[in-house]
Amino acid sequence: MTKEYKTISQISGPLIFVEKTEPVGYNELVNINLPDGTTKRGQVLDTSDDIVVVQVFEGTGGLNRDCGVRFTGETIKLPVSKDLLGRILSGAGEPLDGGPRIVPEDRLEITGAAINPYARLPPKDFIQTGISTIDGMNTLVRGQKLPIFSGSGLPHNEIALQIARQARVRGSNEPFAVVFAAMGITNEEAQYFMADFERTGALERAVVFLNLADDPAVERLITPRLALTAAEYLAYEHDMHVLVILTDITNYCEALRQMGAAREEVPGRRGYPGYMYTDLASLYERAGVVKGRKGSVTQFSILSMPGDDITHPIPDLSGYITEGQIVISRELHRKGIYPPVNVLPSLSRLMNSGIGATRTREDHKAVSDQCYAAYAEGKDLRGLVAIVGKDALSDRDKKFLEFADMFEDRFVRQGVDENRDIETTLSIGWELLAELPEAQLTRIDNKYIQKYHPAHKAKEKEGK
Amino acid sequence: MKNKGEIYRISGPVVIITGLNTKMYDVVKVGNEGLMGEVIGIEGDKSTVQVYEETSGVRPGEPVENTGMSLSVELGPGLLESIYDGIQRPLPVLKEKMGDFIKRGVSANGLSREKEWDFVPTVKKGDKINGGDIIGTVRETLNIEHRILVPPTISGTISEIKKGKFKVDQVICTLEDGKELTMMQKWPVRKPRPVSKKMTPGTPLITGQRILDGLFPVAKGGTAAIPGPFGSGKTVTQQQLAKWSDTEIVVYIGCGERGNEMADVLYEFPEIKDPKTGRPLMERTVLIANTSNMPVAAREASVYTGITIAEYYRDMGYDVSLMADSTSRWAEAMREISSRLEEMPGEEGYPAYLAARLSEFYERAGKVKALSGKEGSITVIGAVSPPGGDFSEPITQNTLRIVKVFWALDAKLAQRRHFPSINWLNSYSLYTKALGPWYDEHVSPDWVKLRNDAMELLQKESELQEIVQLVGSDALPEDQQLTLEVARMIREYFLQQNAYHEVDTFCPMDKQFKLLKSIMSWGDKAHNALDGGAPIEDIMKLKSKDDLAKVKYEKEFDKALGVILKTMEDEFAKLRGK
Ligand SMILES: Nc1ncnc2c1ncn2[C@@H]1O[C@H](COP(=O)(O)OP(=O)(O)O)[C@@H](O)[C@H]1O
Ligand SMILES: [Mg+2]
Repeated sequence: MTKEYKTISQISGPLIFVEKTEPVGYNELVNINLPDGTTKRGQVLDTSDDIVVVQVFEGTGGLNRDCGVRFTGETIKLPVSKDLLGRILSGAGEPLDGGPRIVPEDRLEITGAAINPYARLPPKDFIQTGISTIDGMNTLVRGQKLPIFSGSGLPHNEIALQIARQARVRGSNEPFAVVFAAMGITNEEAQYFMADFERTGALERAVVFLNLADDPAVERLITPRLALTAAEYLAYEHDMHVLVILTDITNYCEALRQMGAAREEVPGRRGYPGYMYTDLASLYERAGVVKGRKGSVTQFSILSMPGDDITHPIPDLSGYITEGQIVISRELHRKGIYPPVNVLPSLSRLMNSGIGATRTREDHKAVSDQCYAAYAEGKDLRGLVAIVGKDALSDRDKKFLEFADMFEDRFVRQGVDENRDIETTLSIGWELLAELPEAQLTRIDNKYIQKYHPAHKAKEKEGK
Repeated sequence: MKNKGEIYRISGPVVIITGLNTKMYDVVKVGNEGLMGEVIGIEGDKSTVQVYEETSGVRPGEPVENTGMSLSVELGPGLLESIYDGIQRPLPVLKEKMGDFIKRGVSANGLSREKEWDFVPTVKKGDKINGGDIIGTVRETLNIEHRILVPPTISGTISEIKKGKFKVDQVICTLEDGKELTMMQKWPVRKPRPVSKKMTPGTPLITGQRILDGLFPVAKGGTAAIPGPFGSGKTVTQQQLAKWSDTEIVVYIGCGERGNEMADVLYEFPEIKDPKTGRPLMERTVLIANTSNMPVAAREASVYTGITIAEYYRDMGYDVSLMADSTSRWAEAMREISSRLEEMPGEEGYPAYLAARLSEFYERAGKVKALSGKEGSITVIGAVSPPGGDFSEPITQNTLRIVKVFWALDAKLAQRRHFPSINWLNSYSLYTKALGPWYDEHVSPDWVKLRNDAMELLQKESELQEIVQLVGSDALPEDQQLTLEVARMIREYFLQQNAYHEVDTFCPMDKQFKLLKSIMSWGDKAHNALDGGAPIEDIMKLKSKDDLAKVKYEKEFDKALGVILKTMEDEFAKLRGK
């Protein structure tokens, strides 16, 4: 089983080709012993009687044809136990914090099997993040996968951390356990996260996996799988509600592209492998709630859009898989608005099941729809004003134009530590909508207008 | 060569085997765990197999066995209310056998072998029967009578026919030549089931969705595609169709999409009542769920599994609708397998046979006279997920060459929460003409004209909008300002429809007609009033206009509309009086 082969025939990029082996399993874990006594790990990508192709996680630097190759006979596993909490591990799962090795309660396959759709419970528990553009307009629920689509230099890290600090399920004060996986981010960025986790005490209920910019790119292909395996273990074996933050998905995809090129595959769109959709799905779909199990896995990952282009294959394929996206806008950021969330291209597909009378408030959907429509119209009018000037607008249109400005200034803008509850968010929404002529509120049922519109509420109070 | 061979090479879902006698599309059992696979290429003594399950840990040298069968589905009572994976394994059975996560090497019958069904024969001893004939019935769900069909390839004279409770694999009928029939038959999924003849569709599929029924209808037995970028409404529209379409059977294929969406359907459909029968929707539905993270080869098969089940109910004489969400994921599965085979790639890496596969699939839609003489239909509605929302890509383009209805989703509309985000200027239906007589008879002789007028107005709006972009709306003449207002009313009051609103989610034809007619008639009256000298500001402020905005949400629509129409009369009379 653990016979050592010295039959490497070729080394090419992150791949080695090994000949004359006994039968080797597909996806099997491989140990490669270097002449200097160190060991690297890899995984079988293609296996046949004649040749076995292995991708080497730590890169093939320093390898030559004299290296010994051992096939372990099993696929890659993560040792898990509750002691993972509070630990900082490398992108390959080795302790980085000087602490002991994890004494495993179990060893789990990192590829993770697909949840049987029949075993899923549709997610519906409203998570209050305290951020109006999310809670009010793109509501997050427990078990959802909702990434941030951002760009370089934008404050996505601040937003992710604010959410990690503030996120609570309504009516519970219990914070989420956090599984954080860095993929190819800089040491400085990673430190920013670690410092915040430490400052807020979040580290005690966090597991951290770090693959930094100067770590091997191939390793990035396993880092998120380790993280998700840890998350599933905590959620399904220890009943915890886990928030998984993977950052940056774009670096992961670059590693995938690199591997594809090394294997001389026919590239798909813009050089990314044709199977990238399926591969990303094998990460994102690991969020969810399973019938009869108490815990849950929620994913709030960060993805930086190359060139701020949402049609680039990385955000595009992600958007096709995830249950919505929170889009960060450079324009709002330049205007000095935090958090610079552009609600128009943002979406939470699970919002409808997480809101309403019993979950948030009965008028939530209507307020949100109306704000969307009015903001979209106001933004369009900005374009028109640039051409024809404000005076050419009708009175009605002027109101919408003003609405857009107020919306950005009062609804979108909030403090980094400002934790708004959902009632506050909705009342800001109503205050802004009240500036529009009431007949324009076509998305809102009259009964909610009577009950929540500031003009009517005031009257009602007077009446009493 | 023989019936047992061995694995030579493994690369993901593609396995090459040697020493086994195979035919194309034979189902083989691969490796020590007997993973199910299908032969998709043969070269020398090597066959290429796509494996429907995960292949981690499988090694060269492990045994492979040929079942000699093509990939087939089991057809018989018990299909309805089921949820299957792409190769017809019932997901509840898989959960029972292997827990919450899908592991491998587990087989499961498409139809339960335990359940007994009450078989009532409709033929007798001595009757001559042919392929496709109905020999009896079973009450499959409260409203659906399952008609037991003679397999298309069998004919003869009945020597014995039974009556009573049977399991699907028990003999219910024997022929004089000794052939035995059960309530279950198998059919290879890649082969269309034969029909007596194809007919021309002439009845609309009524969906209860105003923009579809009203502007771009699909015929029963027709084909439609719904392409759009992510988040534009493909899935919600497909689910609305599955919920509200007036077909007797619905086959819904979740092909390479989200697990939660399928879970949603599973939770919702048993709760929602079919407006026609009052029974839970699930009782007329078959679900196929091969989500994005389930094996990609089974995703490729899921579309065929679905359409074969649809054909089977069509052959019983039912109107069936089939939704495939998303056909792009199916095409990508083909691409993934094809590239592992190192086939010569065509456009954007898709295999050269992509266009052929797509048209073969849509060709299985249609209104037909079945072998039994009954008429049935399959309406196929395919979602398309173009990369970057760009409709010029191969799947969208090849699909549009085949289908007759195009519902063009528009991200801009979705962003402003105009739902359904179907662009009324770019979409089309090639059935509108053929369906005209049906509307005259069943809705109103005015319907066709009304719809054409509305379309024309929307067209006019888009031309005027271009001018507005340059000079602002106040610079337009008053009658054009009014035209813009009426067009806005059509968009917001008629076309917009909220799938999540308890009343508005489904809109019967009659309501569609009355709503559109009232809006258009408001427009006519407004133009008359303007011509008669009424100030435009006064017209714009009429209460009847605002009331029309929300009347679609009223539970008692007719009553509410009656009140509005009265207000409208009064208001315009008053304007004239001034
Ligand atoms: N008819 C509709 N009514 C209300 N909301 C809709 C409608 N269609 C789409 N939506 C909204 O748009 C979101 C995305 O729609 P979906 O069908 O999932 O998009 P796609 O499948 O194209 O990615 C939904 O979650 C829902 O919020
Ligand atoms: Mg969808």
